[in-house]
Amino acid sequence: MKRHLISTGDLTRDDALLILDTAEELARVSQRSIKKLPTLRGRTVVNLFFEDSTRTRISFEAAAKRLSADVINFSAKGSSVSKGESLKDTALTLEAMGADAVVIRHSASGAPHRLATWVRGSVVNAGDGTHEHPTQALLDAFSIRRRLGRLEGLKVAVVGDVLHSRVARSNVLLLHTLGAEVTLVAPPTLLPVAVETWPCQISYDLDAVLPKSDVVMMLRVQLERMNAAYFPSAREYSRRYGLDRDRFARLHDDAIVMHPGPMNRGMEISAEVADSPRSTIVEQVANGVTVRMAVLYLLLGGSEPAIGGAE
Amino acid sequence: MSDAQNQARAVLEGPDIHRALTRIAHEILERTRGAESVVLLGIPTRGATLAHRIAGRIAQFEGIKVPVGAIDVTMYRDDLRLRPARPLGRTELPPDGVDGRTVVLVDDVLYSGRTVRAALDALNDVGRPRAVQLATLVDRGHRELPIRADYVGKNLPTSKSEKVKVFLEETDGRDAVVLIKEDDR
Repeated sequence: MKRHLISTGDLTRDDALLILDTAEELARVSQRSIKKLPTLRGRTVVNLFFEDSTRTRISFEAAAKRLSADVINFSAKGSSVSKGESLKDTALTLEAMGADAVVIRHSASGAPHRLATWVRGSVVNAGDGTHEHPTQALLDAFSIRRRLGRLEGLKVAVVGDVLHSRVARSNVLLLHTLGAEVTLVAPPTLLPVAVETWPCQISYDLDAVLPKSDVVMMLRVQLERMNAAYFPSAREYSRRYGLDRDRFARLHDDAIVMHPGPMNRGMEISAEVADSPRSTIVEQVANGVTVRMAVLYLLLGGSEPAIGGAE
Repeated sequence: MSDAQNQARAVLEGPDIHRALTRIAHEILERTRGAESVVLLGIPTRGATLAHRIAGRIAQFEGIKVPVGAIDVTMYRDDLRLRPARPLGRTELPPDGVDGRTVVLVDDVLYSGRTVRAALDALNDVGRPRAVQLATLVDRGHRELPIRADYVGKNLPTSKSEKVKVFLEETDGRDAVVLIKEDDR
C-alpha cells in the first residue's frame, strides 16, 4: 500500500508513538562517530522545494543521507510556469527519475496532496501554505517528550500567528492524538476561520494561560504572508502576545519554551527568553534530523510504509 | 496461552537454560583467559537479556564485572525490504566502547546466520574490536552464511518448517525453549 505523511491528522496514536520511539533509538546514532546507517541504500529521496527553507531542506537532506539514501535537491524557485502545471510537470519528471519519496515544500496549501496522486513514491509534506508541517509537529512532540518525559496530560499553549501557521495546525492535531491539552492564544484577527472545530481550547489572554502551561510554543509572526493589518503595531503585538522576561517569570519552574524558528527576537520572543536553559529552540533543530530519519525509515525502510495516511 | 503453544514441545525448561548459560559463562572464562577485556553484546531483545545473565554468572564465579551492552541490528538486516519497516531495538554500548576488546555477541537462536551477519556490520560502525565471538542459547542449524557459534547452549536439530521460540523470565514471565510445528501455529 502506498502511504504518505501529509497531515498529522492521518497519524494514529500508534503511528505517532512508533515515530517518536524510532527517533529515540536513532538519536543514539547521532552521538557516535559513524553517524551513517546503510538502511536506505539504493533508495532515492527527492527534496522538492518551491519555497525557500534552508533549515527544513538541510534537515531532510541530512536525515536521508544518514540513512544512505540518494538525495536529489530539486529547487523549483523562479519557475515561470503557473503553479498547477508546473507541479504536474515536475511530478512526471520525478516519476521518470524513480523517486521513492518526495519531500515537498510549497506555498499552496494542498500541493502535497495533489502531488501524491501523480507520483508512485511516498510524499512527505515539508510545509504547504498555511496548511500543515507534520515533521515540525513531530519534532516538537519529540522535544517535549525528551524534556518532560511524557505528553499525556500536558498543557501546551501555542501562542501567536495561528492564522498563517502550518506548524500550529499540525501541532494541535498531533498533540491532541498524543493526549496533550492544547490552548491556542492569539488576537482574534490571527485565528483562522473554523478554529472552533479544532481539538483545542482558544484564548485571547496570554497572561491567564501562562501560569497553567507546561509548554509554551511561540509562533513566528509571518510578516511576509501578511497583506492586511492584523494588529495595530509590532510594539502592541509584542506587549500583548510576546514572551518577555516578566511573562517568562510567571511560568512554573518546569515549564519549557519552544519556537519552530526562525525567530523574530524582540517581537514574539525576547532574546533573554530564547537563550534561557528552559528554551528548547536549539534542541528542536537537532531533533529535527532524528525525527525526519525516523519518518523516512518508517516510510521507505520496509516492503511498504509502516506509518502515514493512504491516498 | 493458546492450544497451539500447549501442544508445542518444550525442548528446554528453566533448569536446562540455567545450566546451559552457566556452562557458556565457564567456557567464555576458559577461552578468554578469565574474561580479560571481554565485552558482552546481546542482540535485542532476548539476546540482550541473555548477555546480562551470562555477565551475572561471570561476576558470581570470578568476581569480575564484564561490560554488557546491546546492539540492535534492525537497520542492517538484509530482509528489510521483505516486510514493512519494523520498530528498532535499543543499542546500548558500555561506556568504554568496543575498541580493542573481545566482543562476545549473544543471541537466543542461531538459524540462517543472517542476524549475526547484520550484527557484524553494525559492530563495524561502532568500533573495531580485537576479536568477535558468538554465543547462542540454541543452534537450530540451516545456516545460509559461513557463520558458526563459539559457545552453544544446545544444538537442536530442526526442520525448516518448524519454529523455535525462546521465552525468558524477564520478558515473557517464564524460561523455556519451545519447538512449534508449522501446522500447530
